[in-house]
Amino acid sequence: MNADWDVTTLLEGMVRDLRPRVDPEQTAMIGIFTGGVWIAQALHRALGLKTALGQLDISFYRDDFSQIGLHPQVRASDIPFAVDGRSIILVDDVLYTGRTIRAAMNEIFDYGRPASILLAVLVDRGGHEVPVAADIAALRLNGAAGGQIKLRGPDPLRLELLTSPRTAS
Amino acid sequence: MSLSTFRFGDGNPQYDAQGRLRHLLNTEGLREPEMLQILDTAESFLSIAQRSVKKTPTLRGKTIVNLFFENSTRTRSTFELAAKRLSADVLNIAVSTSSTSKGESLIDTVDNLMAMQVDGFVIRHPEAGAAHLIARHLGDSALVINAGDGQHAHPTQALLDVFTIRRLAGPIEDRVVAIVGDVLHSRVARSQIHALSILGCPEIRVIGPQTLVPKELSALGVHVYHDLQAGLRGVDVICALRLQKERMESHRLPSLDEFHRRFGLTPERLQWAQPDALVLHPGPMNRGVEIASEVADGHQAVILQQVAHGLAVRMAVLTLLAGAAGGGENHA
Amino acid sequence: MRRIIRNVRVMDPSDGFDAIADLAIVAGKIAIRGAVAEDFQADEILDGAGLVACPGLIESSLQAHTPGHGRDGDLASELQAAVAGGVTQVVLRPDTQPVADTPAVLQEQQLLAEKLALARVQVSAALTTGLRGQALSEMTALMDAGARVFSQAKQPVHSAALLRLALSYAADLGLPVMLHPEDPELAAHGVMNESGLSLRLGLPGRTAVAEQVGIQRDIAIAALSGCPLFFPHLSTGGAVAAVKAARKRGEAVRCGVSIHHLLLSEQDVGFFNVHAKLLPPLRSLAERNALRRAVADGDVTAISSDHSPWGVDRESMTFIQAPFGISGVEWLLPLTLRLVDDGLLGLMAALRLLSTGPAQALGLPLPSLQVGSVADLCLFDPEAVFTLNPASGASRGRNLPYAQWDLRGRVRYTLVEGRVVFRA
Repeated sequence: MNADWDVTTLLEGMVRDLRPRVDPEQTAMIGIFTGGVWIAQALHRALGLKTALGQLDISFYRDDFSQIGLHPQVRASDIPFAVDGRSIILVDDVLYTGRTIRAAMNEIFDYGRPASILLAVLVDRGGHEVPVAADIAALRLNGAAGGQIKLRGPDPLRLELLTSPRTAS
Repeated sequence: MSLSTFRFGDGNPQYDAQGRLRHLLNTEGLREPEMLQILDTAESFLSIAQRSVKKTPTLRGKTIVNLFFENSTRTRSTFELAAKRLSADVLNIAVSTSSTSKGESLIDTVDNLMAMQVDGFVIRHPEAGAAHLIARHLGDSALVINAGDGQHAHPTQALLDVFTIRRLAGPIEDRVVAIVGDVLHSRVARSQIHALSILGCPEIRVIGPQTLVPKELSALGVHVYHDLQAGLRGVDVICALRLQKERMESHRLPSLDEFHRRFGLTPERLQWAQPDALVLHPGPMNRGVEIASEVADGHQAVILQQVAHGLAVRMAVLTLLAGAAGGGENHA
Repeated sequence: MRRIIRNVRVMDPSDGFDAIADLAIVAGKIAIRGAVAEDFQADEILDGAGLVACPGLIESSLQAHTPGHGRDGDLASELQAAVAGGVTQVVLRPDTQPVADTPAVLQEQQLLAEKLALARVQVSAALTTGLRGQALSEMTALMDAGARVFSQAKQPVHSAALLRLALSYAADLGLPVMLHPEDPELAAHGVMNESGLSLRLGLPGRTAVAEQVGIQRDIAIAALSGCPLFFPHLSTGGAVAAVKAARKRGEAVRCGVSIHHLLLSEQDVGFFNVHAKLLPPLRSLAERNALRRAVADGDVTAISSDHSPWGVDRESMTFIQAPFGISGVEWLLPLTLRLVDDGLLGLMAALRLLSTGPAQALGLPLPSLQVGSVADLCLFDPEAVFTLNPASGASRGRNLPYAQWDLRGRVRYTLVEGRVVFRA
């Protein structure tokens, strides 16, 4: 398997899949720190969304907080639009266990009640532990990857497969 | 013959054997990155107060005990709200010190609560070192936050003050800060001095009469002034302290009016400092004693922002300590 | 009972004797100091090779909490600790519960001491009733009940006028008076030395000036009547200098220091370490060094452990609540040998400060190993190195700040009037 993918091509595919499902005047987008925000910035630009991009740091919502504590660099979540009744595209780089998405949705609901949430990810690597599925994924690996997949960025964006054995967290 | 000397193992009990911050007992000895992490995390919590649901699930299932041996509606309620906004369960216990001196020791009180599987204590006690005693006793089994111990320390107040200065007056590395009033008896002032110096404040001044601002304070690395005008010259931030009425009874001051005459912050005297110098006060204020109403309600005073910041800072401290308690790597 | 101690290094500060020799003890007295013949009949022969024999140590201030409630130790536990430390004679502090201001208390202490048959016990009597400094105690009755010294323990006499009367009255009886010199108003309710450190910890400070003001007053008042004074625990170089100046003028004043003030400083309070809470408080490093110089210069007559045991329930007290004092009599010798290792004193001078020195200050017969002397002695191994474990002590008190210190010098035998009262 190729260790590197062309992120630009993957992003183009995501934009293609998303375009029929968004209304640039109404639809809002939220990226999850850190990689999800990078992807969301690219998608937001390409789709020409009018609503400012939202950013989420889910540190305070993680279900493993009491085991692993706080990430040393917590950023402020920033949702610069009213969530109530809004159609939202939630963006992350890699979908793995699904726990991050669960935490992100919990946090979004603390801002208000959206009309809908659509999940778009660059890579769905399989191995889900909770019933979360990506509506849009540029790459689906179905748990085939033994290593860790990491998005490096922000400029340029590179997707890397780290073949070293996965560590506990 | 050469013999090694092992001194009584009396390191700073707010760290565990691995050097992780387990309790917050004072700003003294905090490392700069830790203090910055607290302040940066507090920034994140500040925005949560703007949401429709002002709560995060961070401490869900945890129990925090507010153990107060001294009255303080203000500090207790911000700690209570901070813990509740993090989804913790909160138990408020007010103990009158007269009852503990009669019977149960401080440690017994804490052990009784520990038997109910609580996760943390927020402690206010009239005697210096009480929180240290409890932290040393509990070790890693529960977190301890010092919410004021006698005249020793009040770290969360100092953290919210530096947080306020950083947000509203800019980088602490370029600001001259003056603390005015009864420094001798003030736990707030002591913790402020440590917090400011750890964050690289280039000049910290303490201003007051020699009976309340002894020269020996210079051992803490501050400049001592007994004259308000000289002390305020060029100052960017003024931290007023609450003057306790008891100081009159111990003859440290002739009268409250006399104090106001020499050290009260009035609009005219504010002119001695930098234009638009920030004025902080930990509350509750004695209007007309350490601070004139015109100053307390004026545009330079940030006393109500301090209260909002206090909530965010306490949420940050609770989160960081609770995270470390899970065996977590808060420096991962 | 006849005992021989063979091949021991005899160090006798009473006459400066220092040689490998034998000691023979007959009927509680030193019979021979030198070579003991092979055919000398003895019930027990102790091998003294590698050991030092010196006169038994004297602790000028031992709090045994007898009478008292017993939770913090009692005469039995604390005398056990004393003999384990090579101490053969102690002066009990009068601040017991009730205070030692009546013949009944002194008699109770002496009866119990006799029954225990451990260290020799000298009782001190309160100079003022209840140590309150308001009225003279019945000093003649107390002397008749066995008091060898009058003492105010750790309580200053507030009124200079009353102190004048008390010292004049005591002077008639010819007994020395032990005082805690401190101006009570200046000392206020301080719990540690007043300095940048007490300010840092937010603890009420106790200024060194209070001791200097207090001692000037006490010395001047004692000079009016010529009453012999002993200040057992000074904490400042200035106070020792005041005593030195008075002695130069020919006044009967002596002083001692606690070993703790020579080894520790206010820095040892650290983060509210209650084991470093002393009265007088541990001072600055500069004061500690001044005291060390004074000891080296011979301006200090005695070193004491100021033994103050406190039970374990005191560990759960805050620094302000916790009582003053260190439980240290058992470790007095090895702690003092620290000063020898530091080059401050020779071994003989150190032993003098622990035996003949306190006897002089208290007006007691000088302990000695010369022929005919009462056989109160201590045999210790000066090269035995050990790590101090507070839990291993005989004292009920575990309150000492020396846990994990490496010390040199272990007591092997303690003899009182020829009887072995402690054997390691």
